[in-house]
Amino acid sequence: MYMFKYVMKRLGLMLFTFSIIFVMSFVLIKLLPIHVNVGPNEDPYIAYKQLEGRGWITNIQKGENGVYTYDRVPIMLQLGTYLKRIFLHGDFGVATTYGEYLNKPVWDVFVSKLPPTILINIYSTLLGVPIGLGLGIFAALKKNKWQDQVINIFIILLISVPLIVLGLLIQYLFCFKLGWFPLQVSLSKEYFTWEVFHSMLPAVFALSLGSIAGYARYTRAELSEVLTGEFMLLARTKGLTKSQAIYRHAMRNSMVVIFPSILSEFIGVLSGSLIIEKMFTINGVGGLYLNSITFQDYDFFMLLSAFYTLVSLTAGIVIDISYGFIDPRIRMGAK
Amino acid sequence: MENNINFNNIPAEKFRFATKNDYSHDSKFQTKPVSYFQGAFRRFCKNKGAVVGGIVIAFLVLFAIIAPFLTPFNPAYYDQVFAFATPRNELFLNTNFWDGCKEKNNVGSLEYFKDRALGLETGRDVIKNGEYEVSEDGKNYSYRYDTYYGVGFGAYKIISMEEYLDIQRYQDATGRQVIYPTVAKADRPKTTQDQNNANYYYKTEKVGNKTRPVMDENGDPIPVYWTYEAGNLSGLMAEYNSKRIEGENGFIGEDGKQYFYAYGRLVDGGVEVRTEYYEYYTYIHTQVKKDGIGEPSFLFGTTGTGKDIFACLAYGARFSFVFAIIVAVVNFVVGVIYGSIAGYFGGKVDLFMERFSEILGSVPTMIVITLLKYHMGSSSHILVLFITFFLTGWIGMAGTTRMQFYRFKNQEYVLAARTLGASDRRIMFKHIFPNGLGTIVTSVALVIPSMIYSETNLSYLGIINLEAGNTTSVGTLISAGQSAIIIPGAAYVAFFPCMFLVLLMLSFNLFGNGLRDAFNPSLRGSED
Repeated sequence: MYMFKYVMKRLGLMLFTFSIIFVMSFVLIKLLPIHVNVGPNEDPYIAYKQLEGRGWITNIQKGENGVYTYDRVPIMLQLGTYLKRIFLHGDFGVATTYGEYLNKPVWDVFVSKLPPTILINIYSTLLGVPIGLGLGIFAALKKNKWQDQVINIFIILLISVPLIVLGLLIQYLFCFKLGWFPLQVSLSKEYFTWEVFHSMLPAVFALSLGSIAGYARYTRAELSEVLTGEFMLLARTKGLTKSQAIYRHAMRNSMVVIFPSILSEFIGVLSGSLIIEKMFTINGVGGLYLNSITFQDYDFFMLLSAFYTLVSLTAGIVIDISYGFIDPRIRMGAK
Repeated sequence: MENNINFNNIPAEKFRFATKNDYSHDSKFQTKPVSYFQGAFRRFCKNKGAVVGGIVIAFLVLFAIIAPFLTPFNPAYYDQVFAFATPRNELFLNTNFWDGCKEKNNVGSLEYFKDRALGLETGRDVIKNGEYEVSEDGKNYSYRYDTYYGVGFGAYKIISMEEYLDIQRYQDATGRQVIYPTVAKADRPKTTQDQNNANYYYKTEKVGNKTRPVMDENGDPIPVYWTYEAGNLSGLMAEYNSKRIEGENGFIGEDGKQYFYAYGRLVDGGVEVRTEYYEYYTYIHTQVKKDGIGEPSFLFGTTGTGKDIFACLAYGARFSFVFAIIVAVVNFVVGVIYGSIAGYFGGKVDLFMERFSEILGSVPTMIVITLLKYHMGSSSHILVLFITFFLTGWIGMAGTTRMQFYRFKNQEYVLAARTLGASDRRIMFKHIFPNGLGTIVTSVALVIPSMIYSETNLSYLGIINLEAGNTTSVGTLISAGQSAIIIPGAAYVAFFPCMFLVLLMLSFNLFGNGLRDAFNPSLRGSED
């Protein structure tokens, strides 16, 4: 019951935070001047009419000099219309200035961009987590021996070298110098072919190096602390072999801390990495976000910022809650 | 024990009265007391990695401070002709490294011929030391190509008569050859793409729509300079009385008369000349612009737009450091005040303040920066960046301070101070804050690299564009470097900014970790 109450409390708090951010973004966006994207000789009337239809402006009038004037609907009314449309029709608006997707529903465009982003992140998590855990465990078991020191240097290097440099190095070395991979990720929509997978590999590799280092460091620290615990001595005393003791007692205890972060990483795969997406020209959500900034397309911005906020909030909450489920010693919210 | 058994037989004369000197209590400590910061410093010095990190940081900071004064270039400078000029250090000119050359591997014989012909005319090592290797089938050549001398002549240039005369004056004064003999219109290449190309001083023919040189029997170019008989200057030619190219001093033609080369062609608006860009650049910068730039030489090379990487890196680093330090100081002040109030008063105040900073902290940076950019688009990007980093940056500092206040506020010495009537403010900033200072300072030191890192990322992504006037960012340079990696021999564009970033992050990580351990009082004495 404690658990249930705690989860509900956290979820409520998260919803509260999310709505504040959402409303603030909406208000700030609606305070901006409206951009209308029309060709040089086209009449912008249709575009304005469309905005009126969506409930943003009213009272369109053509001035004597051919410039249109309009009144803005009060922002809170706009917000009401916006939310109603989202909840009743799942309609997040249409692209108004983003040339390539002009007049297309932003939700559909967004969904079509998700697969490459998610795939690359899933691959890199699948590659990074086992290797990171393995290296960390190995280093903890060999603590203060040369293997540990080599892994330590490797970890410090990987954590310190920024993702931009890592990505660039991988792109230069594997894609350009050695020519093992294409320079850019394949744009094909057939996501599960060898060609696409092959072209994604350098990006996956660049992304996973960071998580390898992170998990290795984390696991090493946790496991070596658990290994010095007195219950380990007891386990050996009662007759378990060293590997039995490590596997049954030390590993499980250290996983209590590591597992939640793995969970949250799997949620984080949705948001992806802007840098990697730009560097390897991945046709994903990150690129969409960057372009919508340049085009000042507000409906895209609202959808994507809501998405990014939701993902980061959820990832944070999952860590906290999963602690309670995994570790029976932690009774969160208990008085 | 057996030796001590007969203790009842100790002779009385062995006893004597104790004097004052025999008491040794209350003697002074032989060792000096170690204060908190002294101890922290000693622990820090024991950490080799942290010390090395500190030295590297000091070096990078020095670079950022001094380098902008050492170089005549700045981020606003660019010269399209010297795009992708490779790094050149005068001290390394005789080696095959850092000499401003790049490897040309397996290029066709035509390209080799052009480079060689250019070298033959100007007398420069366009092909380093004239050394080359021919592939087995004799079609492909490999050699070290000088990216400075190799820019050649470019297109025919039209300059004013005054400049034409001034260049001649400059040539006579310095003995440098800027203007080379020109080629008559009829002898220039016939193809559209090459007819204005001043590199062709030799005989060419049109094959398809390509220009091919006509070689003599030795495989050398045949010069087709525009000539005139002595004293019989054509009305189309501009008079020239200055340094002439080697081997020409009025030669005797086949008909026995003396001939000269023409150096300029009169056109509307001035004189059309063939100028070697290397020398013309030197002339423009030393004589006309007088901006301290002499012969073209770029220590770290140039980008694809012809910007000097050394200057961009130096100015970018200076901006990054100054910016990060200012933001860190502002965040430090705000965070400490906020955190100490939340930590000291606790209860409802703390709950409310925590909730506020939690909500503010969970707004993704990207959204903050985008909204700011929309609203302040016309004003400076530096201000946008500053507000973004400030809005979320102080939260971490406030958290650290709050933790420190929770740790110390119920200790006996604080209670004693309160009993003696000290005000809240006095307790907060005179009694508690100095105790937490070490930890808080460490978090400031760790915040600086993360800020430089985010700034680099944002300018790499193109969300923030700091390239205006004399500021630039390392991220912009890396972005330029990334687009250059597919060009053979241009990897250095990305190399230098990346190296800077790696060194910075690595040394700050080592330094920050050392600082954190040093200020951790629980490690006190563990090193002995």
